[in-house]
Amino acid sequence: MTFQPTPTQIARIKAAVFVACLMPLALLALRAWRDQLGANPIEYITRATGWWTLTFLMITLTVTPARRLLSMPWLLRLRRMLGLFAFFYASLHFTTYIWLDQFFDFSDIVKDVVKRPFITVGFTAFVLLIPLAATSTNAMVKRLGARRWQWLHRAVYVIGTLGVIHFLWLVKKDIREPLVYALVLAVLLGARLVFRWRERARTKAPTVRANSHPARAGIGPS
Amino acid sequence: MLIRRSTDIIPSEITPRALFEDRRAFLRDAGLFAAGLAVTGLGARAVQAQGKPFAGARKSPLSVAEAATPFKDVTTYNNFYEFGTGKDDPAERAGTLKPRPWTISVEGECAKPKRWDIDELMKLAAVEERIYRLRCVEGWSMVIPWNGFPLSELVKRAEPNSKAKYVEFVTLSDEKQMPGVRLPVLDWPYVEGLRMDEAMHPLALLTFGLYGDLLPNQNGAPVRIVVPWKYGFKSAKSIVRIRFTETEPKTAWNKAIPSEYGFYSNVNPQVDHPRWSQAKERRIGEFGKRATLMFNGYGEQVASLYAGMDLKKYY
Repeated sequence: MTFQPTPTQIARIKAAVFVACLMPLALLALRAWRDQLGANPIEYITRATGWWTLTFLMITLTVTPARRLLSMPWLLRLRRMLGLFAFFYASLHFTTYIWLDQFFDFSDIVKDVVKRPFITVGFTAFVLLIPLAATSTNAMVKRLGARRWQWLHRAVYVIGTLGVIHFLWLVKKDIREPLVYALVLAVLLGARLVFRWRERARTKAPTVRANSHPARAGIGPS
Repeated sequence: MLIRRSTDIIPSEITPRALFEDRRAFLRDAGLFAAGLAVTGLGARAVQAQGKPFAGARKSPLSVAEAATPFKDVTTYNNFYEFGTGKDDPAERAGTLKPRPWTISVEGECAKPKRWDIDELMKLAAVEERIYRLRCVEGWSMVIPWNGFPLSELVKRAEPNSKAKYVEFVTLSDEKQMPGVRLPVLDWPYVEGLRMDEAMHPLALLTFGLYGDLLPNQNGAPVRIVVPWKYGFKSAKSIVRIRFTETEPKTAWNKAIPSEYGFYSNVNPQVDHPRWSQAKERRIGEFGKRATLMFNGYGEQVASLYAGMDLKKYY
């Protein structure tokens, strides 16, 4: 038996998740307040916000496999919020780079984005997140139609991949941490492929059976 | 280039070991006494002065007149992969390194190879205070008051022969003392190298301390080199072997990623790292970035070493 919350319970869960999602920011702010960001605070903030962006992307991508494997369809109700938090931390990460790191030196920023592959992919991932955040409301789902909306939001697979590449390309030598993200992403995307194959097999199987039925297929010995 | 002739030490000048150890015992006792005073709030200053062996070191004219990076930052933000790849790993994990007893083997193409005891080596020449800029290849920089004497003092004593074109520096690689070497992040032991003329340059410092005190473990205790016109990773830490070679040493980062880290690795704002710009740097403790200077600002002293060389090719 799996847990199926009532609407009130869902509202409470959502509120709790919302607060939990703000904890990384709260902890970062607390560390800043206590002067515990180390010798290079800007680097620390950049790393922390980047790390949380990737983590929230992975959590968001976990919703679909989790709700199917655990038979907890209501988990879907949390996905939008988690995805928006990924965008929220990505915005903080991007702002840190533009403001604290480069201090609005736009000629240098443009050079960076064009010349440095790890910044190019990170920037691309961020830009691709914007339309997803903008079309996250119920009204936008309606306006676009479920099919087109879903097609657009599959961009998150690309975004997750670019995010991992961004991390992989920026480290000097020790790639263990980005590899962990790569592995998690591979499992999450792989799960979707497995689901698809199974679905295809399931939908195909009856058709095959139907077609093979002599009367319906219209073929066979007469 | 002016290289001072070495003054040979007369045997009678060398402190006998017994006396030396006696003096240590005295200092220890004096320390206890001073600590006692400190508790009563009387001798705090005395404790501080006697705890720092290089507190009275001669201030070198080769120092820069820039504000030094706070001691806390210098000793908590380090790249020392033998203790882990995080910046705070060395400060947290280098406690297992035992900087005494320690020997440094000077060997290779030279007439007088020798195994030096660290305490003997420290007395080879007068230790000075040298305030140098340090520019990391990652794009940050510090200003650090080091304590040491010119590397050339040691090189000269070994009497390198005509085949000695390069000097290789090998860092300790001991799993028991250095948890980071269990992982094959780099090809251990860490090896660095200089061309002979670079090693003989008066700015190349054989370093035993910082901020007047012995080197903290995370900064490369008990002995390291500091080559201020090159990216930080060229300045090998916790050295156990110095070898004179005819061929260019195979250095650790060059072996790891040859397209990104060359043998020379002189600080050069015009030659970018393939993945990031080297035009600017963030001085630790400052908010904005500052322009990176050619040869880290030591061009006047060292540019002649590279006259006629294509620095884009020999990065």
